[in-house]
Amino acid sequence: MNTVKRSLADKIGSFLNALLLGLLALAMFFPLYYVFVVSLTDPGEYLARRFVWFPRNWSLDAYRYLLSTDAFPRSLGNSAFLATVGTACSLAVSASLAYALSQKRMMLRRAVLILIMVTILFSPGIIPNYLLIRELGLIDNLASLILPSLANGWTVLLMKNFFDSIPAEIGESAAVDGGGAFRAWISIVLPLSMPALSAFGLFYAVGYWNQFFSALLYLNDADKWPIQVLLQNMLLSASNVDLAQPGEQVQAPPNEMLKMAAVIVAVLPVLAVYPFLQKHFAKGAMVGAVKG
Amino acid sequence: MIDIHHEKPGRRNPRTPESLDDEAGQTGGRSRARAAIARLNRDRSLYLLALPGIAFFLFFKYVPMWGLLIAFQDYSPFAGISGSPWIGLDNFAEFFSAPDFALLFRNTLAISALNLFLFFPVPILISLALNELRSVFYKRLIQTVIYMPHFLSWVIIAALTLILFAKSGGLVNLALESMGLARVGVLTDPDTFWLLLTAQSIWKEAGWGTIVFLAAIAGVDTRLYDAARMDGAGRLRQIWHVTLPAIRGVVIVLFILRLGDVLEVGFEQVFLMYNGAVSQVAEVFDTYVYRTGIEQGRFGYSTAVGLFKSLVGLVLVIAANRLAKRMGEEGVY
Repeated sequence: MNTVKRSLADKIGSFLNALLLGLLALAMFFPLYYVFVVSLTDPGEYLARRFVWFPRNWSLDAYRYLLSTDAFPRSLGNSAFLATVGTACSLAVSASLAYALSQKRMMLRRAVLILIMVTILFSPGIIPNYLLIRELGLIDNLASLILPSLANGWTVLLMKNFFDSIPAEIGESAAVDGGGAFRAWISIVLPLSMPALSAFGLFYAVGYWNQFFSALLYLNDADKWPIQVLLQNMLLSASNVDLAQPGEQVQAPPNEMLKMAAVIVAVLPVLAVYPFLQKHFAKGAMVGAVKG
Repeated sequence: MIDIHHEKPGRRNPRTPESLDDEAGQTGGRSRARAAIARLNRDRSLYLLALPGIAFFLFFKYVPMWGLLIAFQDYSPFAGISGSPWIGLDNFAEFFSAPDFALLFRNTLAISALNLFLFFPVPILISLALNELRSVFYKRLIQTVIYMPHFLSWVIIAALTLILFAKSGGLVNLALESMGLARVGVLTDPDTFWLLLTAQSIWKEAGWGTIVFLAAIAGVDTRLYDAARMDGAGRLRQIWHVTLPAIRGVVIVLFILRLGDVLEVGFEQVFLMYNGAVSQVAEVFDTYVYRTGIEQGRFGYSTAVGLFKSLVGLVLVIAANRLAKRMGEEGVY
């Protein structure tokens, strides 16, 4: 009697638990779903219905319009440049440093580690960084978004932890054969570390794609804006972005729809790499990164 | 798989670091320097690998520290650091006596406190709930959805918030209106602005925050659950007596570390949600530095504000880490 009762309560509890988690996931899924379907609705239908949960007539008008402007594709290009070139540079610089730091024979290894640790604990703040970029003449130059974020302390330490886990003999055997650390790095350690490094690369790439604050600081020239800054100006800022279409004048879709389409375009690359990201952090490889 | 059989046992580099150190020890300072150079030379490709990274940290992380000097100057960009007059602690004195000071502190601490007390427990509760799910597929599905917002930029989050909650044209207000109810202006209401920020943070990061706790829960010995069940413990009692004690350490450490971060309120989130109606509750240290420094060009003053924040933050983080270690837990560094 007692056990039957408990298992019934147990079942109800399990059901409620699953239901609540489902609602939570729905709350996180719904905004993007809503923006997605509205952006794909026929403009006429959107204006007539206002509430669109599922379009009767699908349309790519909003996307076509955005891509036919000057500003939007240009900002996408800028962001793509940052996410590819920036990621490649960041990976090269931070992984090489992290590998060197994992080699016990490196002189001043502890000193360099402390040097890095200090930068995690203490940052001079926004203005000194800004003045440095200005002194370097990098204002309104996309390099201002790459150079200052080539490496960061946490990532280098995480990478070093990873390289520490590769048996030292593997690198040394190549070094002994006369190739030196560089050859060991390029021909042995790097190929071995590809899966881990691609995970770090994805995190870097998402970071570059999402970069907003540095762009706000260092780029005044609207031609250089990455997608995030353009979005902010389209959506939130009082000043309107010039999204006028060059050449033939086509009836523009409603502003709301353009905004939603822009949000979707900005989210799409992140969603595209998300399954790969998830594969890595789900394995727990990135737990250290979460702690910070 | 890694093939380590290639390596020939017994074959060693004749000039190991140890042998070089021995040489150096015997013949004093000069040859020690020579030995160091020899070591450098032997591993020169290793140092070449490290060089760009070290140069990066020195140039982009340490050179700006030199720029902190302008916190003690009436800095003018044209005169530079060498030409600007030194004014001691005047910038700090001005900041401490400005009415903005109390305002910044209040806003920063209030936002952090809400994060500590409203945001912090959410990932713990979610991980406990996830752990009770029987279906692996359903659990994966939920995790996939709730981790995702972590990777969206704050611009996207702000955009979604606007699309949903804008007073005119926002989905929620359209719905309220169509039901004949009054519209709500959550984006421009100073009374609820802090709660809005907390809600956004929960939406974006609560799912991601479960990873640490789920990892801790995964480490629990399942025999403990069996034992508890033998003793007649139901689901809730198992959570209370087995799961919670197992993650207690992680919870304590994370809470203490968050305490150390109370001055860190994300610039992007607050800046993006800022508007005239909420200016009194939405100014935090970083946005203030941005406004006085970048927008008004008061470089010396804003650097002083930033330095004050960094120093207090440093003390708090170190203290928090000490505390975490004293509780017998592993700190972050």
